Amino acid sequence: MTALVLSLRATPAQRLDLSALTPNRLAGLAESDIAAIELQTTRERVRVGDVFSLRMGDSAQLVFEGGSERFDRVGLAMTSGTIRVEGEVGVQAGRLMRGGRLEIAGNAGPWAASRMHDGSIEIGGAAGDRVGGPLPGETSGMRGGIVVVRGDAGARAGDRLRRGTIIVEGKTGAQAGSRMIAGTLILRGHAGALPGYLMGRGSIILAQGCEAISPSFVDCGVHDLVAFRLMADFVKPYSTELAALIRRPWRRFLGDMAVIGKGEIFTPAI
Amino acid sequence: MPELSRNGIRIDDTFAEAFDMRATALTITADSMAWARQAAITMTGFATSVIGCGCEASIDRELAAETTPDNRPGVRVLLFAVSTSELQKQLQHRVGQCVLTSPGSACYGALAGEETLKLGNALRFFGDGWQVSKRFAGKRYWRIPVMDGEFVCEATTGLTKQAVGGGNLIIMGASRETTLAAAEAAVRAIDAVPDAIMPFPGGIARSGSKVGSKYKGANASTNDAYCPTLKGSGNTALDADIASVLEIVIDGLTPAAVAAAMRAGLAAIIALGPQRGALRIGAGNYGGKLGRHHFHLKELLP
Repeated sequence: MTALVLSLRATPAQRLDLSALTPNRLAGLAESDIAAIELQTTRERVRVGDVFSLRMGDSAQLVFEGGSERFDRVGLAMTSGTIRVEGEVGVQAGRLMRGGRLEIAGNAGPWAASRMHDGSIEIGGAAGDRVGGPLPGETSGMRGGIVVVRGDAGARAGDRLRRGTIIVEGKTGAQAGSRMIAGTLILRGHAGALPGYLMGRGSIILAQGCEAISPSFVDCGVHDLVAFRLMADFVKPYSTELAALIRRPWRRFLGDMAVIGKGEIFTPAI
Repeated sequence: MPELSRNGIRIDDTFAEAFDMRATALTITADSMAWARQAAITMTGFATSVIGCGCEASIDRELAAETTPDNRPGVRVLLFAVSTSELQKQLQHRVGQCVLTSPGSACYGALAGEETLKLGNALRFFGDGWQVSKRFAGKRYWRIPVMDGEFVCEATTGLTKQAVGGGNLIIMGASRETTLAAAEAAVRAIDAVPDAIMPFPGGIARSGSKVGSKYKGANASTNDAYCPTLKGSGNTALDADIASVLEIVIDGLTPAAVAAAMRAGLAAIIALGPQRGALRIGAGNYGGKLGRHHFHLKELLP
């Protein structure tokens, strides 16, 4: 069956909350029902039919033709199916996601994959700050699933990460993996200053090193670990080059000693 | 009784009586096949019979590096016990004492069973707080710091209740040499059968037992009916031309695996012929009342 396509008519005049447009929420709805869903975030009412022209199809496969940095909360709490955005998205893409797959061809705003539980997200462009991170007041960030960012990521990627894996192929901003609780953060490009800031547990792999490592991380020497073979196998379907890169010895730093110090940062073995 | 024979070897019209067991499987890897085997051999040592060892265990097969979870050479080990709790106890003691301790080893579940047994989840405490949990593709692994690096161990492995223990072949020959040659041929053939093991030394038992004893406190004793030195005593199952008897005991993850192993063993013994090998093949049972699984030799013949 063909996908349900929402084709963008024109750049929206205000930020839109697209959280209603997920496969699980659209299942069984008729075209007129979908067209009537309200998306506005201001007092001015905007319905799906005003912003998009609809081509009905299988609601388990949603396609947004065209994107906008005003597309907020795409795929919020989605549980199944796929959403593909052929463009960019705004804040909180894939937040609270529980299953399925979200593909964003362009850039994503801050808090992509925020507090995600399960499923997979692929961002073709760059991601904003705090990929996977919690909103203020929440005690943990991403809790499962996998996020792949093909471009760069902003500051504090993987903030308060608790479980799951985030892969960033480009560069990352400062304090990647800040306050990590557990989980795995793999940064293929160069990372900004102070990765793992106040991390308790979890693993950060810095394939190109970082601007400055905090003195509260202690050098544990170079090791060729079996765990990286498992990690390489896991990463392979998402990035073959990265998988090849991972299967080698790494220098292990233990930290952040400013907190419990059971986390680890791996840097190239030099 | 019309006598059944193949290639000049007499086949008893009898059956092996086997029992339901609980079983699990592990993949043990290391930096070389030699060390993977070493860890597996150590772990499956003193695991010939549930009567005295708590479990029956042995190597199922060697695994090429490309087929193991960490792409290092490995072996698959099967463990059988009479209860889930005993299997759990044996598993964690044996992996903890013999695999965790073996240089460069790692240990993974190798069975998708209906229930799970704790593997790394039981051993992680050895890490004294330094252990690290990693979850990849739905599987959880424990990384336990040890003196040569890290011991990687999957959190759980599967348990099957479909397992069968006690498939067997009784091999009877004219001398120790020819009987052993026949038994060795059967062991080589059964080695190639997946999901089945032969827990006795080199796959072969020379001291088959019967239930009960004249002495108090012993629940099993020598199978005097099959002891060639007691042939004249009256209660013998042996013919005049038999001077040596060996038994192969087979445990399998399924009844089909046990049947396949017995079939392979029978074919190998028969192919060897009576001159160089066995004169007669039988099987052990308890009258059919104790075990649920009956493997009739005549149905497994080539």
